[in-house]
Amino acid sequence: MWSFFHKLGSPPWLYAISGKILQWLLPVTLLLLAVGAVWGLLYAPADFRQGNSYRIIFVHVPASVVALAGYYVMATAGAISLIWKMKMADVAMRSCAPIGAALTFLALLSGAVWGKPTWGTWWIWDARVTSMLVLFFLYVGVISLYEAFDNEVAAARACAVLSLVGTVNIPIIYKSVDWWYSLHQPASIKFTEESSMHSDMLAPLLLMIVAFYCLFICSLLLYMRGEILRREGTTHWVRKLLLDAGDAHAV
Amino acid sequence: MHPVRKQRLLVVLFILGFSTLAVGLVAYGLRGNINLFFPPADIVAGKAPLGQPIRMGGMVVEGSVIRSEDSLRVQFDVTDYAATVTAVYVGILPDLFAEGQGVVTAGVLDGQGVLQASEVLAKHDENYMPPEVAEALQKSAGAGS
Repeated sequence: MWSFFHKLGSPPWLYAISGKILQWLLPVTLLLLAVGAVWGLLYAPADFRQGNSYRIIFVHVPASVVALAGYYVMATAGAISLIWKMKMADVAMRSCAPIGAALTFLALLSGAVWGKPTWGTWWIWDARVTSMLVLFFLYVGVISLYEAFDNEVAAARACAVLSLVGTVNIPIIYKSVDWWYSLHQPASIKFTEESSMHSDMLAPLLLMIVAFYCLFICSLLLYMRGEILRREGTTHWVRKLLLDAGDAHAV
Repeated sequence: MHPVRKQRLLVVLFILGFSTLAVGLVAYGLRGNINLFFPPADIVAGKAPLGQPIRMGGMVVEGSVIRSEDSLRVQFDVTDYAATVTAVYVGILPDLFAEGQGVVTAGVLDGQGVLQASEVLAKHDENYMPPEVAEALQKSAGAGS
């Protein structure tokens, strides 16, 4: 187990293995996204009260779920980077931030588009919407804090502390609709009892959630590969990689 | 585990614990203010301020919606099944506004305990189903009673 952990810290190994994973995960992700989107948007039945406007759930819920889970990935990478001073953990943390920010923005935007016809307003300062906005600012905060430092070691440490402090927001977002009176409805997908959503709608939604998780992993690996090349650009193994690629093209 | 790493692990746990404690205390201190609206029971009990903008949330009572014939004025009762407060609103209601459904209204309480609403928002619940299923459910509920 420890040898695997040490291998994770090696940039050439991580670069090679992520390339192999992406080779099959990327097509699988695209397939899942396509099937889920067509199933949810075209074939799932309309809702008895909202009609077709509920279909935004097939983008809104997966984006929100993965935005929350992605924060834990970023904070865990931050903790590993603080404790073991592992450079690849810095890379993972740095790469999570823009992806998480994009997903959070997508969740807020799709919620606003749905809220205008359904609630009657596109924005409300209730506990769920506000804590989700805080999550967006945390992601953007990590990005800008990283860019604010010239020294990458200091930047990684500051960002790790910020992302660890921010983890307290994740259970708040998740439980906000149960703890306080809010305009946002409680969760329809339940783990301990039957979901309050018809199975014909739930199945494509769960598929879309799986697809968004795969999309997150793909984007994370792609971003990490770019970041690894940027940092290791002067090393021997990257030069060799580029020369080999050049040869392959020449042939 | 290496002692230096152990110490850093403790620092990480300290950051997590301390920030949770700090945010928890803030949320506890603001517990009343984080709620988006007052339920009618709190308004009847006098917990909501008079003459100041507040929000009230609950269910629209079945059969209580009275629409004016010559204006957009509409009157309805909101209940949390413990107390009921009447609201008056002039304007266009959201699509999902309906009797027996959730609603959040913003406005000012007048002397008679009526909420003069300036905004009505529909509060959607967590139930999603196709129209045929909803119809079947309604039928079986009607047959049972």
